[in-house]
Amino acid sequence: MEVVEGTSRRVEGRDASNRSPIPPAFRSLVWFLAILASLVLAWELYKVVGKALEGIVPLPVRPDNKSMPHVWDIVGVLFTRRLPNEPILLVVLLRESLFTFREALIGFAVGTAVGFSLAIAFSQSRLLERAFMPYVVASQTVPLVAIAPIIVIWGAKIGWPVWISVSIISAYLVFFPVAINTLRGLRSPDPTAMELMRSYAAGRRDTLWKVQAPAAMPFIFSALKISATASVVGALVGELPSSLNQGLGRALLSFMYTFITGPEKLFAAILVASLLSMSFVGVIATVEHYVLRNRRGSR
Amino acid sequence: MSEHAVVAEGVGKVFNAGSTDQVEALKGIDLTIEGGEFVSLIGPSGCGKSTLLRLIGDLVQPSSGRLEVNGKTPHQARLDRDYAMVFQKATLLEWRTVGKNVQLPLEIMGVDKADRERRSRDYLDLVQLGEFVDHYPWQLSGGMQQRVAIARGLVFDPALLLMDEPFGALDEMTRERMQMELMDIWRRTGKTVVFVTHSIPEAVFLSTRVVVMSPRPGRITDVIDVDLPQPRTFDTRESTPYYEKMTEVREALRAAGVGVE
Repeated sequence: MEVVEGTSRRVEGRDASNRSPIPPAFRSLVWFLAILASLVLAWELYKVVGKALEGIVPLPVRPDNKSMPHVWDIVGVLFTRRLPNEPILLVVLLRESLFTFREALIGFAVGTAVGFSLAIAFSQSRLLERAFMPYVVASQTVPLVAIAPIIVIWGAKIGWPVWISVSIISAYLVFFPVAINTLRGLRSPDPTAMELMRSYAAGRRDTLWKVQAPAAMPFIFSALKISATASVVGALVGELPSSLNQGLGRALLSFMYTFITGPEKLFAAILVASLLSMSFVGVIATVEHYVLRNRRGSR
Repeated sequence: MSEHAVVAEGVGKVFNAGSTDQVEALKGIDLTIEGGEFVSLIGPSGCGKSTLLRLIGDLVQPSSGRLEVNGKTPHQARLDRDYAMVFQKATLLEWRTVGKNVQLPLEIMGVDKADRERRSRDYLDLVQLGEFVDHYPWQLSGGMQQRVAIARGLVFDPALLLMDEPFGALDEMTRERMQMELMDIWRRTGKTVVFVTHSIPEAVFLSTRVVVMSPRPGRITDVIDVDLPQPRTFDTRESTPYYEKMTEVREALRAAGVGVE
């Protein structure tokens, strides 16, 4: 048997990861925590050094506790109650997150479906792409903060529940990266692979599902990760002009109003919001890892 | 077999016709290939040998002349799955196992699962890769990948094998072994093979006929019968008639105005 270059390379790769007794997942967790620790340290260091230099050197942000609360105060406020009969802030924020996450998830699903449909349509017809792509691009040049209230007002006129409008705003941010990346992915197969399919007299459907769509998978997962965060941002921004009394966006807004009396609450809400996005991205990364597990360089 | 596998009459191909970068890739190609023949198209790059192969496979349309494959238009022959194409790049789908790659054409042709699995196994055995059925392409060497591509070509039993420099990217030793294997497969299956190459030893060793082509515009300048005894073996490569044939092909290329190093 001839020398199997690919296999030997793979074996080397395995050796490299097996040489260290620490599993890779654990190592990346250590790195994550180390970077988190240095961020916290940098925040606190800025406060200490800033206090000493205040008045001597112009500073971008004032280092006092009103502008930059201590990290422990931000984390600490998560475990306090506003009213004695209320649960702690962390639980309150997580409940609001759940509400927002539902809106984001629906927006994500709808936006992804629209994005896939556009990409498949465009991949089948250059004419369709040339006709509609400018509008797809234009849709994203409209500032979201301008269009969000309009969608909310229209939704209210039609009589929809407000969360539907919020999900639409979320979907509006989601479909674009999905459409663009999926289209690129559907066009990514080697031209020879497309010729091969032609030589089999394969139909468009077979070519799409057996060659183009699998080839697009890595592109699609990149898009889904971008879209996951975009769906949360869309839902948060969508909640702002709405009359909802629920959701993380509303919580952020009310903490903005009370920033002077409790700045750490706003930071705490921001922390929870980013945790929400990160878990969403984490779920998609896990699915990606599973789906692409047999591709080159995946192990 | 006496039915013509390929007939070309006055076939020409012009790319970008009418524009400033117009290229006459082929001009006045007359060629008849009989069933069961092994015909090599040899010539320098730009002589249109790959274009001629693609014309036969209906991947490119001729600008002039008439082409027939298995007594039909190339288009009909493609729809009838009369031929299999093997490219210089193995072009395996990286997300499919070796077995599933070989099954690809059968899936498209609607063959049921049990039959697909049996046939893909048979043909992987034929190219001596039976044990790699569950491997992924990137776990195989270049030569092994190309053998998978050949199995994928043979698996739906096409009458014609169109090969576009299939061993061009392989090292010399692998290449010679692959040539032996291909000879063996050709003898056992009785397929017609049209084989594009720019290697004189390869063309002479494999072929029953060598078609010599020259560029600008691409045309056939000579057709050389290679009557070396079958089956061709390792000893063939060291025989005097083999060297004489190589010289003949080399002379033909030179006569066509092609510099041969």
